[in-house]
Amino acid sequence: MPEKVPDIQPDPPVEIRQILDGDVMAGARLIRCIEAGDPAAAQMLGKLYSHAGNAFVIGITGPPGAGKSTLINSLITMFRKKQFTVGVVAVDPSSRKTGGAVLGDRVRMQAHAGDKGVFIRSMAARGAAGGLARAAKDTCLVLDAMGYEIIIVEPVGSGQADLEITTLVHSLGLVAIPGTGDGIQAVKAGLLEAADLFIVNKTDLPGAASEMMTLEHLVQQRSLEPDTWQPPVVGTCARTGEGVDRLADLFLDHRQFMKDHQVLEKIQTAQAGEYFNTLVRQMVMDRIDPWIDRQVAAFLDTAAQKAAVAADPYQAARKLADRLTRFLAEPDSEVF
Amino acid sequence: MGVARYIKDEKGAITEVVYQSGMKIKPGYGPQDLADAGFSYETDLGEPGEFPFTRSLHPQGYRSRAWTTRQYTGFGTPEQTNERFKLMIANGQNGLNVAFDLPTQMGYDSDHPLAEGEVGRVGMAVDSLKDFLTAFDGIPLDRIGSGLTINAVASIMMAMYQALGETKGFDRTKISCTPQNDILKEMIGRGAWIFPVEHGVRLVGDSIAYAVKELPRSNPVSICGYHIRESGATPAQEIAYAFEIARAYIDTVAQRGIDPSDFVGRFSFNFNVYGNLWEQVAKFRAARKIWAQMLKEDYGVTDKKKLFLRGLFGGGGSGLTKEQPENNIMRGAFYALGAALSGAQTTALCSFDEAYTIPTPRSALLSLKTLELLMDEVGLRDTVDPLAGSYFIETLTLEMADKIKEEMAWVKEMGGIVSGISDGMIQKKVSQQAYEFEKGLQSGEYKKVGKTPGKEDEGADVELHQYNAAWAKSSKDSLAAVKRTRHEKAVADTLRALEKAAKGKDNVMPPLVECCKAFATVGEMADVFRQVFGEWQEPIFY
Amino acid sequence: METLNKIRVLVAKPGLDGHDKGAKIVALALRDAGMEVIYSGLHQTLDQIMSTAVQESVDVIGLSIMSGAHLPICEKLTAMIKEQGLDNVHLVVGGVIPNQDVQVLRKMGVAAVFPGGTSFDTIVSGINGLFQ
Ligand code: B12
Ligand SMILES: Nc1nc2c(ncn2[C@@H]2O[C@H](COP(=O)(O)OP(=O)(O)OP(=O)(O)O)[C@@H](O)[C@H]2O)c(=O)[nH]1
Ligand SMILES: [Mg+2]
Repeated sequence: MPEKVPDIQPDPPVEIRQILDGDVMAGARLIRCIEAGDPAAAQMLGKLYSHAGNAFVIGITGPPGAGKSTLINSLITMFRKKQFTVGVVAVDPSSRKTGGAVLGDRVRMQAHAGDKGVFIRSMAARGAAGGLARAAKDTCLVLDAMGYEIIIVEPVGSGQADLEITTLVHSLGLVAIPGTGDGIQAVKAGLLEAADLFIVNKTDLPGAASEMMTLEHLVQQRSLEPDTWQPPVVGTCARTGEGVDRLADLFLDHRQFMKDHQVLEKIQTAQAGEYFNTLVRQMVMDRIDPWIDRQVAAFLDTAAQKAAVAADPYQAARKLADRLTRFLAEPDSEVF
Repeated sequence: MGVARYIKDEKGAITEVVYQSGMKIKPGYGPQDLADAGFSYETDLGEPGEFPFTRSLHPQGYRSRAWTTRQYTGFGTPEQTNERFKLMIANGQNGLNVAFDLPTQMGYDSDHPLAEGEVGRVGMAVDSLKDFLTAFDGIPLDRIGSGLTINAVASIMMAMYQALGETKGFDRTKISCTPQNDILKEMIGRGAWIFPVEHGVRLVGDSIAYAVKELPRSNPVSICGYHIRESGATPAQEIAYAFEIARAYIDTVAQRGIDPSDFVGRFSFNFNVYGNLWEQVAKFRAARKIWAQMLKEDYGVTDKKKLFLRGLFGGGGSGLTKEQPENNIMRGAFYALGAALSGAQTTALCSFDEAYTIPTPRSALLSLKTLELLMDEVGLRDTVDPLAGSYFIETLTLEMADKIKEEMAWVKEMGGIVSGISDGMIQKKVSQQAYEFEKGLQSGEYKKVGKTPGKEDEGADVELHQYNAAWAKSSKDSLAAVKRTRHEKAVADTLRALEKAAKGKDNVMPPLVECCKAFATVGEMADVFRQVFGEWQEPIFY
Repeated sequence: METLNKIRVLVAKPGLDGHDKGAKIVALALRDAGMEVIYSGLHQTLDQIMSTAVQESVDVIGLSIMSGAHLPICEKLTAMIKEQGLDNVHLVVGGVIPNQDVQVLRKMGVAAVFPGGTSFDTIVSGINGLFQ
């Protein structure tokens, strides 16, 4: 069945002012346009950029079914009790076959639908690697500019350590379930350095205490330089909310620590740099992708070159790649 | 063809038949099949009325007593429901099964904003004891038992029934009610849940523990495979999940130091008759056996009567079509035949207008008369378990038992039914199956007469039960009158006592009875629970 | 290149109705037709549905109503949609809907009605058709 693309031109046109005033519908529509790759949306992001940077962005990562969404649901409650407004970006996988998705994280947080101080946005990963929707970062920017004070990001649950999330959050919580060894696995796989808080969720299940002990032990082995944040290990039962108040406090403590030690600014600067790099890369790729396609097609246009590819595709590819990169460096040169 | 999978060759002859529970059916059966399956008359069948009760609970089956008919009844105001009860009884129905409206089932009074548009719509609205007094006016509560199809607030309704009996002068030891009270299946597939699972199960435990002592003729819980099946489970899963749910309730009551032998005899079940006829019969025969064995082996129950799988085996609604609704009359008759061949003790049918609205008096009576006709005209009372000894049925019954046990083992692997439900594993499996089944129906892989794949039918011109918004007003007025005339201090005191019990470990039933007698409303009592327990968050289904 | 723009649908269960089989399998069918589906869960107030639809900027709100309360529910929701200016959101309704109510719903502003027995194909092309 051919896919019909719905007309989602924001109508009425979204004004910067509306976003800065926290207009929910305008913000949501802008996010919709970002997801759709609308160039006008990208321009708007540029204008919002200088207004953002006030939100505290938290990531909750961990394996599928660890209880991330349930935990976020309880965290929202805790942060709301402390009078913070909260934005959530929850990413779910897309079906590889059809490109469709059921975005299920939200069901767990639906108790907060209708609370004006909470904005929850579900996103499909749409094949993006690392479990983060391409638009997640920009969505955080919009929510930030809209004035949400705390933003929580839930990437797609992943078996392996997923480090992409570190490029957009200030504080990262890693959720593990007792008895699975997931937490320990993740620590070994490199998340020890990346995570700021270790969360053992489902403390109502057997094995929670020993999981916490093992993790604490591992965390303490981390070489401690003076004035660095020592990641705490917290036990939570997301289902009942037990331990989540402490978790919320710890996230806020971490923020305070980062402020006190001028870490937050450093992180933000580093992330901005990294994001700039990504943006450039993406824009260049978007532009040259079709060009490469055309060049490859042109290359294959002659029988001789076809034969060369058939004989040794490695050699032929190297040759073409050399020519293309040379052309990119010296546009006056000829590709062929 | 039907709800089994049929594979045909190019000439249209059937080459393969697979039932929903997974059994492959052979073109013919003989003594060797029984031998291969290890069939033993003694251990697998036994005499009718003897362990393991595969054949029947009673030695004489329907000779000693025909089935009890309990059409699901209730709508609008208590007055109207009372009138309908009397109509059904006058037409030979010998038990009641009360349908409540959704606000009542969800613990909201008729004047609650969330009740708007729903008061009296799919069942009777009950706000206070006053409504029960009206609805059951003139009903001989010592002779007619009542099923109360309510779950999240079943404890409240059982207390209300006791208050009703005592107010009407029937001793609580003489009245009999069966609140459905099966919260776990609501979470799998009926949706009328309120409180988090552990609190929901606690309320079930409280009401069982209470009824065991105080309401000797009542059955405090009716565990429903029916709704699980309607949600997409196979017949084997229907039984397996229901038994695992029963296990959860037994365990919770046993943890209070009550011996399972003292209460399992009061459990009743509600199962579905819809699908392949033979699969249904095998299902019930296998189920009676597995239940008796489970109680004996896992809980040391020995008293014969306490091993009975008692319950309502009723025609399923999902089998009935919107297209050519009159066909549903025939379908109902065949479901009833399945129920009778399975030895159903109590039964009911969905009516032919099932896909349209709740039944009109005409359609409800048609269902009742279908059941009567089956007992009186067809010969189903002649002999007990007439299919016993059939090579096919006995082999199938053994295979079915294996399938049920496989599913029970799967539940155990997940850490039991409560965690399977909390994590959404059961719901996920059931909805995935429902999806596949629906695709099969739409493609014509599963056949329903009157439905043409690829063609949508407008449905037929059916006389519809008409909802009247005036009923809601009448309920609200009546509620307001109750609130004006009751003794507010007594209400506040009893609600406080309820809160104390809910917060602590005391059984909530005694304070609930007092609340009901003081004319506290269902909404007020449920609010106490809401505040103390909180609300359930449903898991993700896909 | 993959299509960036997908139809976003909120499959919602308004009110106290607990029938969820239809809603869940329709959600799966829409997913398999390439749409992005948000399922609300049971027992949603209309306010919850509205705010979810806004925050998720869905293109379609799909209600599943079995209890027979579709008329009062849709009357209120269509009014709320107008009032809050969700002009580009289409409201569609499935469930137990008697024939004579289909036109009533359409008049209220419901874009499409899919009563019991509607095939997934009809539902998918009906929703796709709203954007042509
Ligand atoms: C299965 C069923 C149940 C199951 C539900 C299982 C579950 N998890 O959902 C069980 C047994 C639990 C049940 C219980 C009750 N039921 Co019931 N149930 C049915 C039944 C038989 C089928 C409904 C169904 O699932 N059909 C299969 C699905 C695939 O079809 P569908 O839902 O119609 O969906 C199709 C379309 O409508 C459309 N669609 C549906 N939703 C959506 C959403 C979107 C976005 C779109 C685009 C399309 C769409 O697409 C689907 C595919 O074609 C109907 C009767 C009937 N034959 O319709 C009664 C029926 C709906 N139930 C009814 C009632 C009254 C109840 C109860 C309230 C009774 C009571 N008083 O307690 C209870 C309580 C439930 C509750 N808490 O709300 C009544 C409603 C009366 C009315 N409308 O006037 C009916 C009509 C039966 C009757 N005649 O009395 N029920
Ligand atoms: N026992 C127990 N179960 C929990 C707890 N927290 C969450 N769960 C359950 O774990 C399951 C998964 O929860 P989700 O919150 O959906 O997990 P998730 O990590 O967001 O899952 P994905 O988004 O699918 O990766 C659900 O069934 C929850 O009810 C807890 O503290 N204890
Ligand atoms: Mg999640």
